[in-house]
Amino acid sequence: MSESFVEILTEWDIVEARQLGRNEAKRIGFGAVDQARITTAISELARNIYLYADKGRILIETIDMSGTKGIKIVAQDEGPGIEDIRLVMQDGYSTSQGLGAGLPGVRRLMDEFDIQTTVNEGTIVRIIKWLR
Amino acid sequence: MTNEIKKQYTMLLGQYLQYQTERNLYLGQNFSRRLVQKDITPEEVISIHKDSLAEIYEGSEEFTDGMKNALDFLTEFMIQYGLALREHKILLKNQEEMDHELELAANVQKTMLKTTIPTIDGLSIGSISVPARKMNGDYIYYQGDSKRFVGVGVADVVGKGIPAALCMSMVKNGLDTLGQPSISPSYAMDVLNRIVEKTDNMFISMFYGRYDVVQSTFTYCSAGHEPALLYRAKDGKFIELESEGLLLGVLPDVHNQERSVQLAKGDMVIIMTDGVTECRVDDRFLEKSELTDLIFKHKDKIPQQLAEAIFHEIEKLSQFQNLADDLTFVVLKKEDD
Repeated sequence: MSESFVEILTEWDIVEARQLGRNEAKRIGFGAVDQARITTAISELARNIYLYADKGRILIETIDMSGTKGIKIVAQDEGPGIEDIRLVMQDGYSTSQGLGAGLPGVRRLMDEFDIQTTVNEGTIVRIIKWLR
Repeated sequence: MTNEIKKQYTMLLGQYLQYQTERNLYLGQNFSRRLVQKDITPEEVISIHKDSLAEIYEGSEEFTDGMKNALDFLTEFMIQYGLALREHKILLKNQEEMDHELELAANVQKTMLKTTIPTIDGLSIGSISVPARKMNGDYIYYQGDSKRFVGVGVADVVGKGIPAALCMSMVKNGLDTLGQPSISPSYAMDVLNRIVEKTDNMFISMFYGRYDVVQSTFTYCSAGHEPALLYRAKDGKFIELESEGLLLGVLPDVHNQERSVQLAKGDMVIIMTDGVTECRVDDRFLEKSELTDLIFKHKDKIPQQLAEAIFHEIEKLSQFQNLADDLTFVVLKKEDD
């Protein structure tokens, strides 16, 4: 299984993470719309790191579970963490603040979504999309 | 399913590209309705569109790479719109659920605050209370011993909607605990004030009156409430039952004064909340004289019908706009000599 990562320090690193994700998604065999969805999810997560954590990384890997292929993305930072996960996972919260699709959007674009966060330590978001 | 949609879309698009008729546009729009229903996202529609064009122009040079790239760009562009649309749908569903829950809460409130108009010889009573929103922040409380005393409380929580409505059970429980129709209005008010004062930022205006059938006296006390009206049948005049008490909940140790009036046959006491006096009529408030004219016009109806008639008149005057505030109107009428 291939695995690669991009450090997110500047806004242009977001672009690099997107590029890496799109290439990987294309290679696995995702269609154009799913490629765009996966890329958007990566973009949102990388932007969160860039805007709120200053520093972090996006890991992208191809996974295979009993023959079903998929793409797994892990966004990891050592930022301030999220105090109220339920609030940021609420529909309408992010959009109403003018921040775009936010984490609920990311969850909807993907098949699996998991978040771990500790205040003052950082946040890890893991997302997966399966190829059908 | 997606293949079926793609096939139909290709057919409809192909027809339109051949003949740009209104009919073909109409068919296309009908089809789009089905896609919306099936939750096909905007980015998927563009992808279907691109595939259809590729099929229609297969073998020709007309569908250029530049056009294909432009559609890929548009797909990317539309993802945020798709997300916004889905979020919107979910929020709509949430709202439906909340409305339903509110409906249930309003019913629980109704059951909890249920109070029945007491019957007693010599006095007839009628009332109406209409909430501005789903839950009522006005409240009418009755108690009676069927022999001598009838007590009527009308309360209006400052604010409206759910917080106001939740507060009402406090008033009911307080009065239930005092539990006797013969109780002095000022004493009842003092006790309620102590209860309400213990909760932060909760203020209630209230009018409490007690009618004594034996002596034909109406004793009342007001805590910052809209003055009640006394209608004198003898001369057809209205008198305001003023009382300068402070709102319940402002200060801990307040003593509200009570006063009494003697009622004669046909006299009426009309207790209301500011939803009545502050109802909007052509960008201004309903005037006292307009209200007394309305009451006078319907004075010969039995109290319940009188209360309902006043409400309908007010509805008409405000041109059936939504009520600005909860509205309550209680009529007590002395029937015997």
